[in-house]
Amino acid sequence: MAYHTPKLVRMLLGGLHVNVCPRNFTHVQKLATNHSRGFTSSARCQDGQSSSGSTDDNLTVNFINRHGETLKATAKEGESLLEVVIRHHLNIDGFGACEGTLACSTCHLIFDPKHFDQLGPISDEEMDMLDLAFGLTDTSRLGCQICMSKAIDGMTVHVPKDVADARGETVGQQSQN
Amino acid sequence: MSPRCSWLYRLPGRALLGGIRTLPTTRCPGLHRSLTSSAHPPQICIVGSGPAGFYTAQHLLRHHTQAVVDIYEKLPVPFGLVRFGVAPDHPEVKNVINTFTQTAHSERCTFLGNVTVGRDVTIEELQTAYHAVVLSYGAEDKRLLGIPGENLPGVYSARDFVGWYNGLPDNRHLSPDFSAETAVILGQGNVALDIARILLSPIDLLKKTDITQTALDALSNSRIRKVWLVGRRGPLQVAFTIKELREMIILPGTRPANNPSDYQNLGDFIKDLPRPRKRLTELLVKAALEKPGEKEALRRSQSDREWGLRFLRSPVAVLPSEDGKKAAGIRLSVTRLEGNGENAVAVPTGETEDIPCGLILSSIGYKSVPISSSVPFLHKNGIIPNSMGRVQDAPGLYCSGWVKRGPTGVIATTMTDSFDTAQSLLEDIKSGALNYSENRLGASAIRELLLLRGIQPVSFSDWEKIDAVEAARGAEVGKPREKILDPEEMLQLVCR
Repeated sequence: MAYHTPKLVRMLLGGLHVNVCPRNFTHVQKLATNHSRGFTSSARCQDGQSSSGSTDDNLTVNFINRHGETLKATAKEGESLLEVVIRHHLNIDGFGACEGTLACSTCHLIFDPKHFDQLGPISDEEMDMLDLAFGLTDTSRLGCQICMSKAIDGMTVHVPKDVADARGETVGQQSQN
Repeated sequence: MSPRCSWLYRLPGRALLGGIRTLPTTRCPGLHRSLTSSAHPPQICIVGSGPAGFYTAQHLLRHHTQAVVDIYEKLPVPFGLVRFGVAPDHPEVKNVINTFTQTAHSERCTFLGNVTVGRDVTIEELQTAYHAVVLSYGAEDKRLLGIPGENLPGVYSARDFVGWYNGLPDNRHLSPDFSAETAVILGQGNVALDIARILLSPIDLLKKTDITQTALDALSNSRIRKVWLVGRRGPLQVAFTIKELREMIILPGTRPANNPSDYQNLGDFIKDLPRPRKRLTELLVKAALEKPGEKEALRRSQSDREWGLRFLRSPVAVLPSEDGKKAAGIRLSVTRLEGNGENAVAVPTGETEDIPCGLILSSIGYKSVPISSSVPFLHKNGIIPNSMGRVQDAPGLYCSGWVKRGPTGVIATTMTDSFDTAQSLLEDIKSGALNYSENRLGASAIRELLLLRGIQPVSFSDWEKIDAVEAARGAEVGKPREKILDPEEMLQLVCR
């Protein structure tokens, strides 16, 4: 499948580089045959230490979803937060619509400042997508771009409350984009 | 004009004689479902199978354990603007189809393609067959320029042009004219940038996408070398988003040709802008004013195609060629801005400017149309009046997507707004505001009507046959798919 090619070509020709987890541009796969969304290889972190894929599921991360529920999940070193959500079928509606290809902002997560600082640099492309996210904060990142590591083991991240603030109870009004 | 299976023409008489109850239940999964269920499940139908329809269905199915959700679509193929709107060189965005497919595979979800609501079946009939009807039929019309010469050959709406290169059946005969050197796009949103990219992309990049072969052939012979995107207002009011701008700036074989003076005085404003607008403006300024590095300068000098943004210009008239037979240019009124920021208004100064060009694409927005006189509609805003997706003064009727909030936003916007509508519906079920104690027959009742009318719905597994053929045809030429353009051909594939 040539699905990833145009993006890859654009990235290469444009001389752009993705700082955090280059996996998304080298390992995006078309998942037409994989409707279970177990896209373990599409959003796999490939940042050195975990390129072979750690098998130890010995890290933890807590997600607080839109309903305020805390969802505790185990994670492997190098696994992206999007992968963690998918693998554990966590109850977060609409998470990861573009399947980790930096084409949407539906895996938007909000971090505590102390963990945010541990996350490493952010690419222009991730910033571009975050710009379209609802409820953007100073400590927002996209879950598909964050790889689990010991440094952030046990952290809690928030799924942003959605958009009632942007639109409210509108009757016949055009919302802002 | 409705595409139908020929063998069905012979059936209506028999169906009439047989009456409703004699139909085998194997043909009526909806009926089977409702008979075997202990209590009556809420029967819900959705009109339109684009992102709004599928995201609404997804939320309903996920958060209600019994609800039956059927999705009606006028074309034989699903996914609306994901198939017919998203640019062919943005395959990542189309990954949402995988989730939609999962939704369609739910036992409680039935896809009924090739059914035009409002013609083959009425809203009233849907309301009789279902407890709730969700309108998610999008914005299928275009806004008109309303200027002289708009109908000349060489002038196309973005809507039709995008439909043409994306294989929308209605637009398959468009045959746009690429014989001139310059194209003018009226509008500065993401659709305008999509079109500029398609017009200027190296053909080898497009060959690997699911753009139609017809479009590929026409673009291979295109003489277009310059594309200007014209906006009534200034650089602080552009509607496109930063990802699309960044792509345009680095598009191989092209160079940006912007007017530095448009950007020189923006510095003071930028720092106080909200982050998205700030980053977007910074990128605009950088592309226009910053001296490119050696490598980029070389790239630009070797590029033979160029594009640029033209601000403070409003279209006044399409200028005809000497023989009056096609467009040869556009007259623009020079404007100035009154007010600041998003609310600034363009006011004509009285000056005009003419740009010679042979291709004019108006990309000034989409527009929803009323589906039935029984459904309230706000013509001024082009939307159905609603409160969190509940159609005003119409119990049991809901709306989501562009017909609910207007034709703006990315797929994520539509996703959230569809979830909101689904949530409203679920709350109404819970509170009793939506009464579903009375059994409704859902799809089986509608199938009866369609059978009488000689309409054969296309199921999701039918679509998967079409999908497989398209993918196989694409694989032969190194594309993800080769879309079938003719609905008749689609129907023949599933009517065997």
